[in-house]
Amino acid sequence: METYSLLREFADSWMLLVLFCIFVGVWVWVIRPGSGAVHDEAKNMIFRNDDRPAPREEANK
Amino acid sequence: MNTGTHNYVKLVVLALATLFTMIAASYARDLAYQVHMVIFMIVAGGLFLVTLRATDEPAKPIPTNEYFDSVVRAGVIATAFWGVVGFLVGVVIAFQLAFPQLNFAWAEGYANFGRLRPLHTSAVIFAFGGNALIASSFFIVQRTSAARLWGGNLGWFVFWGYQLFIVLAATGYLLGGTQSKEYAEPEWYVDIWLTVVWVAFLACFLGTIIKRKEPHIYVANWFLLSFIVTVAMLHIVNNISIPVSIWGSKSVQVFSGVQDAMVQWWYGHNAVGFFLTAGFLGMMYYFVPKQAERPVFSYKLSIIHFWALIFLYIWAGPHHLHYTALPDWASTLGMVFSIILWMPSWGGMINGLMTLQGAWDKLRTDPVLRMMVTSLAFYGMSTFEGPMMSIRSVNSLSHYTDWTIGHVHSGALGWNGLITFGALYYLVPVLWKRERLYSLSLVSWHFWLATIGIVLYAASMWVTGIMEGLMWREVDANGFLVNSFADTVSAKFPMYVVRGLGGVLFLAGSLIMCYNLWMTVRAAPAKATLGTAVPAE
Repeated sequence: METYSLLREFADSWMLLVLFCIFVGVWVWVIRPGSGAVHDEAKNMIFRNDDRPAPREEANK
Repeated sequence: MNTGTHNYVKLVVLALATLFTMIAASYARDLAYQVHMVIFMIVAGGLFLVTLRATDEPAKPIPTNEYFDSVVRAGVIATAFWGVVGFLVGVVIAFQLAFPQLNFAWAEGYANFGRLRPLHTSAVIFAFGGNALIASSFFIVQRTSAARLWGGNLGWFVFWGYQLFIVLAATGYLLGGTQSKEYAEPEWYVDIWLTVVWVAFLACFLGTIIKRKEPHIYVANWFLLSFIVTVAMLHIVNNISIPVSIWGSKSVQVFSGVQDAMVQWWYGHNAVGFFLTAGFLGMMYYFVPKQAERPVFSYKLSIIHFWALIFLYIWAGPHHLHYTALPDWASTLGMVFSIILWMPSWGGMINGLMTLQGAWDKLRTDPVLRMMVTSLAFYGMSTFEGPMMSIRSVNSLSHYTDWTIGHVHSGALGWNGLITFGALYYLVPVLWKRERLYSLSLVSWHFWLATIGIVLYAASMWVTGIMEGLMWREVDANGFLVNSFADTVSAKFPMYVVRGLGGVLFLAGSLIMCYNLWMTVRAAPAKATLGTAVPAE
């Protein structure tokens, strides 16, 4: 089979399936139970460390 | 390797670069190449002298207890400067279209519309937008990682290397050094230089994320990282070309025919998708919550927004090639993906707007926030209009008309322009440690001038675009075309003048911004000093 047709067939089948599953997986991962607390923490992080980097001790937290 | 030997390696490299560019300048086969080699020679020679003077001097220690903000300050200044330059050139070429006499005979071949147009597009997208993106990525990644920018002075290399790229691109266009690919005009050696700078940019950004002290990577950084990585990929693939001679600017593309067209618009549309959308969404997800002093409406939605955008955008390019030699299935694919893009785009817009939930009253008092919200509204409008125009039957009317130009500008001036102005108004007081902006009423003036300017621009381009689309397809009872091309040109004149005036208003607003930011640094009260002493940078 020529390269074009081979790649085309692969893209239309397995690769499409893999990408679709990854995308659905992202949704499932995002709305998984318990993610709310993690996301609340993450979205508030922009309000700290405004003036200087976190000191070293915090690195080992 | 200690700093001493490091410097000697640098000196050897710079000396060789100076020598090579000297030879290249004298062998040059065309003017653009010659001028560029002289520019390279001056830069490399100058850096050689600077490095030589610093050799064997004690190296200044890099303070690890503060952010690397000097490069962000430089980026803010460069953004404002290139913005004004880009808008000014835009106003000039808008009036050149309305009044062709402005293509002066004495400037023919240097400052006529054809030479200035890529200068305008590159100045606003890559110089204004690019500097805004680099400066805000450096700012955001440090704050959200709680770590100083990785790479020591590599940040300065990225900043100055990028300015050099802009100067090479701009002078190249005026002197005719172009490979004629829209938004990718610079020739092969400028492309190679940009690749080097971009890799350094990626290293700074990724290095900072790797050494972050926050457990989570904030969503803005995801958008910014995808922008950096994807632009690198697009730039390299679209610029695969073979120089005719190492002593000249001309190069030949490796792809040809419809493959070349497809690669170009895969690049072109993703430059919109990842440079002007993903990158600026990174800015939005940081600066809008900061200015509103509220966290983003839904973090879950922001993650889904990100992945949906990444999965969909990369396929949308073929909608630029409807009714061409491109196979139908490919342009249908591009059209379908463009339409699906409605969902993540509007999801993102809603996420940004709803961040103000419970704080809508701030719009009354804070013109900076008003600017950011309006930019989100324009993001929503242009991401609605774009997919609609990608539908094949709509495209048959809109393509090659000024409707496209109007669409691009409602996105670029409305979304990219206003969110960048908002970010600059946020950044200047923070970076120069000022209590507040010099004048909020000047921000309001800027806001209204810019918004009215965009409305004039977009409305006149809708009218003229649809008009000329209809005129081109009008046939009489015998099937002959009714209008000649020149008929559409003369019919468009009033709209061209209105468009130019819209540009003047937008430019005037940006000048007011520059004055306001300048006075903020000069005259606004300094922020009360913090408890602990921080050494000045």
